[in-house]
Amino acid sequence: MAKEHAADATMRSPLGRVRGFGSAHGGTHHWLLQRLTSVALLPLTLWFALSAASLAGAPYEVTRAWIAHPFNAVLLLAAIALAFHHTAAGMQVIIEDYANREWAKVAGIYGIRAICWLLAIASALAVLRIAV
Amino acid sequence: MSIMQDSREATMFGRRTDGTPIRRPLSPHLQVYDMMQLTSALSISGRITGVVWSVGLLVLVWWLVATASGPGAYGTVSWFLSSWLGVLGLFGLTAAAWFHTLNGLRHLAWDAGYGFDIPTTYKTGQAVLIGTAAMTVLTWLIAIVAWAR
Repeated sequence: MAKEHAADATMRSPLGRVRGFGSAHGGTHHWLLQRLTSVALLPLTLWFALSAASLAGAPYEVTRAWIAHPFNAVLLLAAIALAFHHTAAGMQVIIEDYANREWAKVAGIYGIRAICWLLAIASALAVLRIAV
Repeated sequence: MSIMQDSREATMFGRRTDGTPIRRPLSPHLQVYDMMQLTSALSISGRITGVVWSVGLLVLVWWLVATASGPGAYGTVSWFLSSWLGVLGLFGLTAAAWFHTLNGLRHLAWDAGYGFDIPTTYKTGQAVLIGTAAMTVLTWLIAIVAWAR
C-alpha cells in the first residue's frame, strides 16, 4: 500500500507514464504520418493518374522525355517516397489487425517495410537514371 | 479456457494489452454486423483497395525500371500493359486507386470531426461511389484519346 502511494506521488504526469505503453509501443506518430502522407498524395495522385493516362500507348522516347522533365522527375520522386511510406504504414495496420502470432506480426511488418524500402530505392534510381 | 460449445465463441476471443486472453467480441464482429450495408462494405473496400494499390505500385516500379533499362524492357512492359489482361488490370487499378483516394478524403473529414452522423455517412459513401465511377471514366477517356492519337 505504501509502495502504491509512492508510485502515485511520482513527479511524472499521467500522460508521461502511459506514453509508449500501448500495444503499438508508440504514440500518434504512425497515425499522424499515415494522414499526412495521404494528404500529400492527394494532389500527386490526381497529377500522376491523369499524366499516366495521357501517356497511354506512348513510344519509348516520349515516356522517357516525360520522366526526364525536371518537374515530373521531382514530383515522381516525392510520390515514390510518400506512396511507399503510406503503403508500408497501411499494410502494418492490416497485419497488426489480422496476424495473431507475434512472430508473424513482426516478420510481416518488417518484411513489408524492407520490400517497400527496396522498391522505393529501385524506382527512385530509375527516375534519377532517366532524369540526370 | 473451457471447451468451446458454440463456434461463434471463436469470434469472441480477444486479448488484453498484456497478452492474457479475454472473452469479448472482435471488431468488426461478423456475426453482429451486416457486412453488406453500404457503410460496412465501403469500410472493408477501403482496406482492400489499399492492398490493390500496393500491387499498382509494383506495376509503377516495373514501368519506371523498364523505362530506365532501355527500349527492349519498355517494349515488354508496354506490350503487357496494352494486352487485354494488362488493360483489365489497369482498369481495376484505376478504379481501386480512385476509390481509395476518395474514401481517404472521407476518412480525413472523419478525423477532423466531420460527417459522423448516419445520414451524412451514407451520403458521402454514395458520393465516393459516384466519384469513383466518374474519375475512372475520365482517366480512361484521357487514356483512349492519348492512345488514338
